[in-house]
Amino acid sequence: MTYTPSTLQQQREDAKRRASRRSTAIALLSTLIFGALLTAIVVNAQGFTAVRESFFNWHYAQKAFPRIFDGILLNLRVLFIAEFFVLIFGLALAIARTTTSPVLYPLRLVATIYTDIFRGMPLLLVLFLVGLGIPGLRLSYVPNSAVFLGTVALVLTYSAYVAEVIRAGIEGVNPTQRQAARALGLSHTQTLRHVVLPQAFRNVTPPLLNDLVSLQKDSGLISVLGAVDAIRAAGIETAQSFNFTPYVVAGGLFVLLTIPLTRYTDWLIRRQDRAQKAQGVF
Amino acid sequence: MSHLLELKGVRKTFGENLVLNDISLNFAQGSATVIIGASGSGKSTLMRCINLLEELSDGQILLEGSDISAYGINLDSVRGKIGSVFQAFNLFPHLTVLENITLAPRLVQGKSKEDATLQAISLLKRFGLEDKADAYPNLLSGGQQQRVAILRAIATEPKVLLLDEVTSALDPVLIAEVLSLIAELKADGITMIISTHEMGFAKRIADSVVFLSGGVVCESGSPQEIFDSPKSPELRTFLAALHDAGRL
Repeated sequence: MTYTPSTLQQQREDAKRRASRRSTAIALLSTLIFGALLTAIVVNAQGFTAVRESFFNWHYAQKAFPRIFDGILLNLRVLFIAEFFVLIFGLALAIARTTTSPVLYPLRLVATIYTDIFRGMPLLLVLFLVGLGIPGLRLSYVPNSAVFLGTVALVLTYSAYVAEVIRAGIEGVNPTQRQAARALGLSHTQTLRHVVLPQAFRNVTPPLLNDLVSLQKDSGLISVLGAVDAIRAAGIETAQSFNFTPYVVAGGLFVLLTIPLTRYTDWLIRRQDRAQKAQGVF
Repeated sequence: MSHLLELKGVRKTFGENLVLNDISLNFAQGSATVIIGASGSGKSTLMRCINLLEELSDGQILLEGSDISAYGINLDSVRGKIGSVFQAFNLFPHLTVLENITLAPRLVQGKSKEDATLQAISLLKRFGLEDKADAYPNLLSGGQQQRVAILRAIATEPKVLLLDEVTSALDPVLIAEVLSLIAELKADGITMIISTHEMGFAKRIADSVVFLSGGVVCESGSPQEIFDSPKSPELRTFLAALHDAGRL
C-alpha cells in the first residue's frame, strides 16, 4: 500500500507552497523596484552621457577585446602556476608551524617570522621589491621576466595567507582524533597524513577557496611590473584612444573568471552545513 | 606464571591533584579484568596510563616483562600492541568503516591493502557489519560505531585490549549488541581490561574485578568476592548506591 498523507498534512504542505510562492513574488517585485530606482538615479545624473561615452563605449570595447583577452590568458597561466606553488608552500609552512619537536624549533621560528612578514606586507610592495630588486642583483641564472618575478611575489605573499588558513584547520581537528590514531600505533607523521590533514582540509576548504579567488583577482597586479596581462593590455588600449572602456572590459573578464570559483565555494559551504546538521540527527 | 601485563606502583598527578596513587595490578594472559569505581575514581586515567596516552608520574608498567613506561621508549610500537577503545568511539569521520579498520594494519603493520581488506571484511562479516563496510561513521548508530571501533582496535591483533566505558554513551539496546561482541572476543581469548558501569555484565565476563576509589585499589578479587561479600566500607557504599539506582 502506498502512503497517502493525511488531509491535515496536505493542507500544511499547500500552505507551505503558497507561502514560498508569495516569498518569490515579493523578492522579484522588490528587486524590480530597486533596479528601476537605481537606473533612474544613474541615468538622470548630470554627467551620465559623458560617463557612458568614456566607460561604456561599445566601439572601443570591441576594438580592445582581442588584446585584453590575450592578457587574461596570461593572468590565467600565472594564476594556475601560482596556485600550485601557494598550496605546496602554504601546506609546508603550516606543518612547520604546528610541529612540536624541540629539534625543529628553528624551523618553527623561521616559519613564524615568514608568515608574520609576508602577511603584513602590502602585496604591491612585495611586487616592487621582488620585481625590481631581484633584477638589480644581476643574478644571471634568475629570469628577469616580469611574469616570472610577479608570480614569485604572488606566491610569497599568498603562501603566508594560505599557511595560516591550513594551520587553523590542523589545530581545529579534535585532539581525540589524534589520540585515537596514536592509540592505534600510527606515528606522528602517519597521523598527520592520514587522519589530521584530510579533516583539516575538509574544514578549511571554503576559506582556502576564498584566498584563491582573491589570488585570481590579484594576479592582475603583476601589470605594475610591465607584464602585458589583461589590465596592462587595457591600459595600452586606453592610452591610444583616451577612452576608459577597455578597463571596464578587463574588469568584467576578471569578474567572469572569479564567479565560477565563488559559486563553487558557496555551494561547498552549504553542503558542509547540511552535512553537519545531518550529523546531529543521527 | 608470569603475567602478560603488570603495573607496579603506578602514580599519576595532574598538578597538585593526585589521581592515581600506588596502583599495583597483574593481568594474566587471556583474562578479563573489570575496573569499577565512581566517576573520578581514576578509571579512565588508569586506562590512559596503560596505553601511554598519559605519562606516569611514578611507577612502572611491564608488558610481557619489558618496561613500556621506560623513558624514551618507542611509543608507537608499544601502542601497536595495546588496543584501545574510547567512550566517544573516535572513529575517523573522513574514512569509511573499512578504511577505519584497515588504516592501522596497513600503516603500522605494513600489511598490503588486499590483506588488510580481507581481514577487515572477515571481521565485519563475523559480527554482522559487512553491509556497513563502505558507510561513513556518521551514518551508523552509536552501537554500530562502537562495534566498528572495537574491531578497529583488534585488527592489529593487540596483546591487550583496553575498553574504557565503551557503553556509557549508548542506550540499553545498543549496549547489549556491544557487550555481546565483547563477550565473543573474550571467548577468543583476548586479554581485556574493561572499565564499565554495567555491573551485570561485569559479573558475567570478569575473571577478576578491581574496585578503584580515590585513586587507589580499594579492593580486588573474583566477581563473587567483590559483589557478594564486599569488605571495605567504600565498596559497600558504592554497591549500595548502584543498588538504589537500580543498576545492580
